[in-house]
Amino acid sequence: MKQLMTGNEAVARGAWECGVHFASAYPGTPSTEILENIATYKEIYSEWAPNEKVALEAAIGASFAGGRALAAMKHVGLNVAADPLFTLGYTGVNGGLIVVSCDDPGLHSSQDEQDNRHYARAAKIGMIEPSNSQEAKDMVRIAMEISEEFDTPILFRMTTRVCHSKSVVELGEREERDIIPYVKKDKFNPVPAISRVLHTKVEERIRKLEEFSNKTELNYIEWGKDLKIGIVSASVAYQYAKEVFGDSVSYLKLGFTYPLPMAKIREFASQVEQLIVVEELDPFIEDAIKAAGIPCIGKEKIPIEGELNPDIVRKALLGVENETIEFDSSVVAKRPPVLCAGCPHRGFFHELVKLKDVIITSDIGCYGLAPKDIAICMGGGFSVAHGAQKVFNMAGTGKRCVGVMGDSTFFHSGMTSMLEAVYNNSNVLLVVLDNRITGMTGHQQNPGTGRTLSEEPANITDVAEIAKALGVKHVKTINPLKLDEVKEGIKWGLGFDTPAVLITRWPCALKKLTEEDRKEFGDYKAVNKVEEDKCIGCKMCIKTGCPALEYHSDTKKVTIDRNQCLGCDVCAQVCPKKAIVREGK
Amino acid sequence: MAEVKNILLCGVGGQGTILASRILSTALLSAGYDVKMSEIHGMSQRGGSVVTQVRYGDKVYSPIIGKGSAHILVSFEAMEALRYLEGLAPGGHVVVNSHMMPTATTLSGQEEYPRDAIERVKAAAETKVLDATKIATELGNPKAMNVVLLGALVKLMGLEKLDWDAAIKECVKPAFVELNLKALEAGMAAVA
Repeated sequence: MKQLMTGNEAVARGAWECGVHFASAYPGTPSTEILENIATYKEIYSEWAPNEKVALEAAIGASFAGGRALAAMKHVGLNVAADPLFTLGYTGVNGGLIVVSCDDPGLHSSQDEQDNRHYARAAKIGMIEPSNSQEAKDMVRIAMEISEEFDTPILFRMTTRVCHSKSVVELGEREERDIIPYVKKDKFNPVPAISRVLHTKVEERIRKLEEFSNKTELNYIEWGKDLKIGIVSASVAYQYAKEVFGDSVSYLKLGFTYPLPMAKIREFASQVEQLIVVEELDPFIEDAIKAAGIPCIGKEKIPIEGELNPDIVRKALLGVENETIEFDSSVVAKRPPVLCAGCPHRGFFHELVKLKDVIITSDIGCYGLAPKDIAICMGGGFSVAHGAQKVFNMAGTGKRCVGVMGDSTFFHSGMTSMLEAVYNNSNVLLVVLDNRITGMTGHQQNPGTGRTLSEEPANITDVAEIAKALGVKHVKTINPLKLDEVKEGIKWGLGFDTPAVLITRWPCALKKLTEEDRKEFGDYKAVNKVEEDKCIGCKMCIKTGCPALEYHSDTKKVTIDRNQCLGCDVCAQVCPKKAIVREGK
Repeated sequence: MAEVKNILLCGVGGQGTILASRILSTALLSAGYDVKMSEIHGMSQRGGSVVTQVRYGDKVYSPIIGKGSAHILVSFEAMEALRYLEGLAPGGHVVVNSHMMPTATTLSGQEEYPRDAIERVKAAAETKVLDATKIATELGNPKAMNVVLLGALVKLMGLEKLDWDAAIKECVKPAFVELNLKALEAGMAAVA
């Protein structure tokens, strides 16, 4: 049966077909849908982990215990999971284990465009890269087989366009895999004396994997009409090259990209007049080819920055561009993503930004769309605040740092950041923006929501209790839609010489409410309207940045889009004329 | 060998461009075409500008296209048509919903919304303007606007014979099948 699938859906299907037992992940674009789709296959145990390191460690446990295991994450997530990854490179596996890394060339939804192929080389493990959904599905099985045969984890590297493009997939059936019996082994306990021995095995394994890389059908040659140009390519870049050159040139298409098949590359290079490497981001393949003394063209022509597409490849290699129509696009207004109408973060930031000498240290989540001064990485909002506050105090600037972080990010890596501020005592205000869900990635459950990935009931971990247990003396929970409460709360939180924690607790505007939510927050959704005769066109409400509000320059009045409005009342509270009221009142 | 056709669908996050693309891709696949569709999730969901690309033919390689390649551009919002117009191939068609949605920057007064966006598109390419939002509202649900526009695309690309019934049934909840079938027909009629 043929079906259109995204790369992420195909990885999930591939995992199911090859008998995977265990899958764990932390959500992150463009990887999120892998686990969401795996969760639809009941034969696989699947879960959201609090972060990527924990997800990979859990998958390692599952593999050592004899199951086939998979951990998935976005590219920056692998930085978090790098610690276990490198040791896993030494220990090898019991049941097959693949680590799916979804890179984001072009930064569609990320803070950097790092090239995670370098991790395979650094950790000395095998790497596989699919170029479309069919390959994504089939290669999961092959990756598991290689993992078990060569006793190596496999880095399964995808990119946004492989993850989120749909293409045709021929489906297969599930083959159940027996769990491999666990036997206590030295390699599972890599103390120095054992690891020295393991390192020798790792080097030996790399040599064997390179032999395999030269032989495997994952790396294949397609001879073209002539032998003038030979293109070496992998991942979606191969599809772009095919789009531009069709069968007029020859290709060495790589699916197994670490270790690279150097003998096969050398053989291919000897047959063609000119060797060109078409790869996205870093010169990973090109550097290896040049280091082997084989002449080739790569980043001299193909851009190292951003996402490629057929146009860019065509222009870079052939110097021709598509003809386009003529028009003036200079009048097009920007359309950046914004906090939704009814977003509980809006009221909080509306009050916070009014304060002078406050530095907002934020991190990764929807609240990154709100005003901020600094943002580095998941969980960084609190620890960056702490470090900056220490230096601001030294310099006697009087500046105060307010760290902001969502609930899921707090569970991910914010708890240790909070502990840093408590342990090393700084006068920071740490705000957990608890919207009862993981928002930005599209509403995944987390340890605070009371549901698992498969929507089963789970323990509800309480942010305030954690803060107290970490040693925070001043903890307060407020409703972020009540601007007086917010103003008061921020003032309160900035009034101490030690860390204070403010928790803004209100569900995400888009959240499908649970029974617990209904009990706690009531049936609060409503629609507001502007009483036109009262509106003076002062635009105070517009300054909240709510996308449901529109100011009309002709009438000098504001209207509310009733399809978007949730009746959060933030605009009503800032209106000096009380012109914004509930519909039907 | 059937030439590969390229379709761009653009709009604002939440307008249903992805669902329309899915229905389209599903019908194309059942008709025996090789199909690739590319979409972007994540930040763009929060009211940002969105674009999906659908390519079909005997054999499709790249899931995405660059400038000057689309045979048809379907814009779910007036100004977005202008934003993605460089994707259109010379001689290509534009279908645009006359509905205008302000942006964060125009709402706050940093920029002006170009009220003449559609006129500008019309001056540059063969353009069909539809009040798809109104048509869908008359059918009972403004959200079906996406399938009205899909109907216009179907007609202009000559894809009326595909099995839209089955594709819509596969992609939408049973309660919305009838509404979407009507919306598709209304969209086809609007450009007939």
